[in-house]
Amino acid sequence: MQKAVEMSRSEGHAAGADLQSRVLLEGVSKSYGEEWERQDVIVDLTAEITPGELTVIVGPSGCGKTTLVNLIAGFETPDKGRILLNGEPVTGPGHDRMVVFQETALIPWQTTYENVVFGPKLRGDLSGKELQDEAERLLNKVGLREFMHKYPLQLSGGMQRRAELARALINQPKLMIMDEPFRGLDAMSRGLMQEFFLRLFEENRRTNLFVTSEIDEAIFLADRLILLANRPSFVRKVIDVKLPRPRHYSMLSSPEAYAYKREAMAILHEEAMKNFKSTATSKDFIDAYSKRAD
Amino acid sequence: MATTTVTTNEVPQRRVAPTGLALAWHRFKKSLRSPTPYLTVFGIFLWFFTYWLLCEGLQLPRFVKIPGPVTIISEWFSTNPSQGISIFTPEYYHHIAVSCRRIAIAFFLATAIGVPLGLLMGWSRAFHDYTFPILETLRPIPILAWVPLAILMFQGYETPVIFLATLASLFVTTLNTMLGVQSIDEAYFRAAGCLGSSKWDVFKHVVVPGALPYIFTGLQISIGVAWFSLVAAEMVSGDYGLGYLILSSYVNGVTVPMVIGMLTLGFVGWFTSVLVRMIGDRLMQWHVRALALQGR
Repeated sequence: MQKAVEMSRSEGHAAGADLQSRVLLEGVSKSYGEEWERQDVIVDLTAEITPGELTVIVGPSGCGKTTLVNLIAGFETPDKGRILLNGEPVTGPGHDRMVVFQETALIPWQTTYENVVFGPKLRGDLSGKELQDEAERLLNKVGLREFMHKYPLQLSGGMQRRAELARALINQPKLMIMDEPFRGLDAMSRGLMQEFFLRLFEENRRTNLFVTSEIDEAIFLADRLILLANRPSFVRKVIDVKLPRPRHYSMLSSPEAYAYKREAMAILHEEAMKNFKSTATSKDFIDAYSKRAD
Repeated sequence: MATTTVTTNEVPQRRVAPTGLALAWHRFKKSLRSPTPYLTVFGIFLWFFTYWLLCEGLQLPRFVKIPGPVTIISEWFSTNPSQGISIFTPEYYHHIAVSCRRIAIAFFLATAIGVPLGLLMGWSRAFHDYTFPILETLRPIPILAWVPLAILMFQGYETPVIFLATLASLFVTTLNTMLGVQSIDEAYFRAAGCLGSSKWDVFKHVVVPGALPYIFTGLQISIGVAWFSLVAAEMVSGDYGLGYLILSSYVNGVTVPMVIGMLTLGFVGWFTSVLVRMIGDRLMQWHVRALALQGR
C-alpha cells in the first residue's frame, strides 16, 4: 500500500499533490428556515475523515448528507462548530477539495475536454502541451479519449460520471468528495462504475469521502463506514470495514461483508423508521398492513 | 470504441457529417420523406383558396371592399401597377429598405443595451434591486402610449420611430436575458467555484453561455415586437416605411398596396426572425446537439 502511494506521487504532476489529508468535523451544526420554524439538519456532528482512506457516509435519504457535503466543500458555513482540513479551517470552496456532484454538474456548453481542462486553465496551474497531455491521459484512463470533443449531453450517464472524475482528478485535490455520484445509473453501469472508481482509489489512495444511501455500495467501497442518524443528523456509529483490497464484487457475498451489512442495516432501519413513525398516516398503514397479514 | 465498419448494409453509410450545401441537400431529401412539406404546401393552398372564395369566388358582402388574392398577385407582379406599388416599382423597395434600416438600428440598440442589462440584473442581486421595479413599471405601458413623448423628445421622423421600436424590444430582451441567468442550475456555479473560478470567470464561462438559450429566445420575440412597434410608430409619425405605406394607402383609398404592404411585412418579419434563430444555433452548438439527440 505504501508503495502504491509513492508511485502515484511520482506520477503526480503538480508539486505538493497531497494525498494524505485529514478532515476533522468538530461539533458541527446546521439548521435552515426562519427562526419560528427552524429545521435542524445537522446537530453536534463530530467525525474524522482519515488520511488515505475511503470514508463512506451512509444515512437514509433526506438525513442531511448533502448538507454535510456542502459544508465540507465550503459552499455553506456551519452555524456552530468547525471543519478543519489538515488543521486549517474551511472558509469557502477551493480546488483542494473536489466535489463530484449528485446529478452531473459538467458544464453543458463546454465539450468534455474543455470541462476537464477548465480548472487548471483558469488558475494557470498547467498550460499548453503539458495541460493537453495531462487531460488526454486522464480522459484515456476513464475511457473517454474518443469522446473528448463531444458535449456532456451527448454522453451516457456513466460516461458523464467518468468525465466528472477526470475533471476532478486533474486538479490533484487533497480530498475527493463524492456525493451519491452513481445515483440514477442503471444497476449494471452502477456496478461497473463502483469497480472502476475503486481501482482509481486503490491506485493512489487519495483521501476520499463518499456519500451514499446504498448499504451494499457503502460496504463494497469503504475503509470506514460512518452511519448517520436521521434528521437531525449526527454520527450514530463508525464501522471499520476490514475487507481485503483490491476488492472484488464477489466479496459482498462473503460472511464478513454480510456481518457488516447486518450491523449497519439494524441501525439504518431504526433511523429510517423514525421518519416513518413521525408521519401522520403511518398508523393507518401499519393497521392496514397487519390486517393483510392475518 | 472500435471503428470497424459493419458491412451488412449494401448502401454505403455516410461516416463524415456533410456541411454547407451538401447538408442542406441532405436535409431537403430527408424532409421529402416526411409529411411536412406536403402538408405545408397543402395548407398554404387551402388558406389561399379560402381567401379567394371569400373575396372573389363568392364575393360575400363583408369582403366586397377587400382585394382578393388574384387581384393582389397580379398587381404585385405587374410591370405597370394600377395602384402604384409592385415588385417593379422602386418605391416598393424604398419602403422596405427604410423599415429594415430602422429595424436594424432599433434591434441593434435594444440588444446592445438589453443583453448586458439583463445579464447584470440576473447576476447581481443589488443591481436587480435597483432596476427591476422601474423596468416592471415601464414594461406594461403600451408602445403607442409612448408616441406623444417620443414626438416631444425627438425631432424629425426618423428618431422617434427608432426610439419606439428600440424601447419595445429592449424590455423583452432585458427580461429574457435576466430570466436566462436565473434559470442556470446552481450546480454549475458550484462546480465553477470548486474549480477555482474568480467572479469574472464565472460571469464569462457560466453566466453568459448559460443564459444564451434564453437570450436568443428573447431576441426572436424582441425582433417581432420591434416590427410591430415600428409599424405602429410609422403609422403615427413617418414619411416612408411599410407601416406608412399601409396607412397612407388606406387613407388614399387604394386597398391593393395596403395588402401588399401587410404581406411584405409578414415575409420580411419572418425572414429576420429566422436569421436570429440561425445565428443563435450557430453560437449554441451544445444546445443544438442536445436537442438533436432528443429528435428535435
